[in-house]
Amino acid sequence: MAELMYWQGILRAHDEEMARDPLVFAMGEDIGVAGGTYKATSGLFAKYGEHRVVDTPISENSYTGIGVGAAMVGARPIVEIMSVNFAWLAMDQLMNNAAKIHYMSGGRIRCPFVMRVPGGTAHQLGAQHSARMEKVFMGISGLRVVTPATPRDAYGLLKSAVRSDDPVVIIEHESMYNLKGEVPDEEFFTPLEGVEIMRPGKDVSIFAYNISVHWALDAAQKLASEYGIDAEVIDLRALKPLDRAGIAASVRKTHRAIIVEEDEAPVGVGSEVMAIINEECFFDLDAAPVRVHALDVPIPYNHRLEKAAIPNAGDVVAAVKKMFGR
Amino acid sequence: MDATDQKRLLREMLFARRFEERCAEAYHERQIGGFLHLYPGEEACAIGVLEKARTGYDYVVTGYRDHIHALKSGMDPKALMAELFGKEAGCSKGRGGSMHLFDPDVHFMGGYALVGGPFPLAAGFAKAIQLRGGQEISICFLGDGANNQGTFHETMNMASLWKLPVLFICENNLYGIGTAIERSTVEINQYKRVAPYGIEAAQCDGQDIDIVMSHAEKAVNYVREQRKPYFLELMTYRLRGHSMSDSGAYRSKEEVEEWAQRDPIGIYKRRLVEAGVVTEEEFHAMDKSIQDEIENEVVRYAMECPEPRVEDVARYVYTEGGNNHG
Repeated sequence: MAELMYWQGILRAHDEEMARDPLVFAMGEDIGVAGGTYKATSGLFAKYGEHRVVDTPISENSYTGIGVGAAMVGARPIVEIMSVNFAWLAMDQLMNNAAKIHYMSGGRIRCPFVMRVPGGTAHQLGAQHSARMEKVFMGISGLRVVTPATPRDAYGLLKSAVRSDDPVVIIEHESMYNLKGEVPDEEFFTPLEGVEIMRPGKDVSIFAYNISVHWALDAAQKLASEYGIDAEVIDLRALKPLDRAGIAASVRKTHRAIIVEEDEAPVGVGSEVMAIINEECFFDLDAAPVRVHALDVPIPYNHRLEKAAIPNAGDVVAAVKKMFGR
Repeated sequence: MDATDQKRLLREMLFARRFEERCAEAYHERQIGGFLHLYPGEEACAIGVLEKARTGYDYVVTGYRDHIHALKSGMDPKALMAELFGKEAGCSKGRGGSMHLFDPDVHFMGGYALVGGPFPLAAGFAKAIQLRGGQEISICFLGDGANNQGTFHETMNMASLWKLPVLFICENNLYGIGTAIERSTVEINQYKRVAPYGIEAAQCDGQDIDIVMSHAEKAVNYVREQRKPYFLELMTYRLRGHSMSDSGAYRSKEEVEEWAQRDPIGIYKRRLVEAGVVTEEEFHAMDKSIQDEIENEVVRYAMECPEPRVEDVARYVYTEGGNNHG
């Protein structure tokens, strides 16, 4: 098993899928000659050429639409949006066409379209480069939305997304491209549905996704060593469709739930997971579920303000302690 | 073109007219719901252009005024009318409606409600054709109003840059919904607007199907042989409102009457009568047989076939097996 960085997992998935199927192609800003802002497509231009590793002009909505159109007639595009914030400009093609075409054609047209977006806050990038759009994508019928937290899933989710006949949005993270982790040498596919238990535990379920999985794991370690609280960390991983049964199963075991998200709370992942817990296993709860989330503010530039706006492992520890009356 | 084909074309245009008029009746009888955008006055555009394309082979896409493009592409009129009646036997299984007709079996790729949305889709079909090394072309019909969307400019740029085989047909009916072109657009000659993108373009009368076919033949051949885009502007006029709810306040009765004198069916019929290809009696018999066919076969079928089952409402959100892979 090799240790790869997150970006290397994405690159390996691209390379394997493009080598396998000549109708798989990549599009985006600076992904070809420049090698990709996060190196996730580096070397592919030389190997597959300009028709399959397409450097686009800065026209997010229309190159997304070109990907959607190509997908509708059998090609398998992987469209990279340089920063998730720019995906707002592509929402028309994503939402009105990619997400709806299969349904509104009565199942006659498939749209095996993949959009990769680096989401989340990095470091002092300001309000227009720090968006977290998961709440938007997961509100759109017809899309699948997945969020890799590890190099292993960065690879495995892209592999599955390319093979799926549904449109899939993959939310990566600007701060995680250099994260290292083990990735099996043999080909594998991470399912596009279902949660993964990252750390089994019996006292409280901590639900997280993408970067917040790491905050939750750090918090769980501290809770165990310093407070004797055995937390179960669940990577939601697939935000749409959410795994209701997987969420409920963990809560039925621990009877307590914390949801950790990098996004603001209103209309977010946390509110949705909390609603599922309420609907599926309310009477299994020993305490009211709690959300740990970003402040509802445009992300500020100043580093202290930025840090204050975004949650961290300490906030998770504090929330669990409070829940246990410690 | 021999007399048989001329008579067939006349019949196709008259069928289109009677079909749309029957739709209007069914709308008033509330058998058709939603929004309904009809094509009378513009028949020579879709029928003339697609007469010179390889229907069933070339890919066709358009906006929401899409009935006649679908028919000329080869869609069964019964499947079309059944769709308008919201039936399971409709071309989109009753999930689409008037604005979302689909028939991928004949490469009719839809019917879209967002103005300008199909531009990049059409380029995407062409991108897939290019990847496969196919000889098909992509044909995109949209109105003059669509050319003020960003997708117009973005797509023209990419289609020309990447040499995508797309034929853009602009049906210039002088109004974007209820606003006259000179009140919305600086350059009213639409074909001139693609010059900065290095795309060959022409403008011609869209009411005389012989003129349309002559220009369309050149345009189709250009795209098929040169493997790059072409833009053809057809000057036309819709004799009915934008949709079924149209105040008509934005244009004068005199103007509508003036264009009614240039009705494409009238122009072609007079020419064929003068040339001795068809007689007045034959024309009336043709009209009668069309109306009988629409009433006795098409409308009856649409009325009698069943609606979708309510328990299938969530079917087609995802493809079956969309989470499978490998």
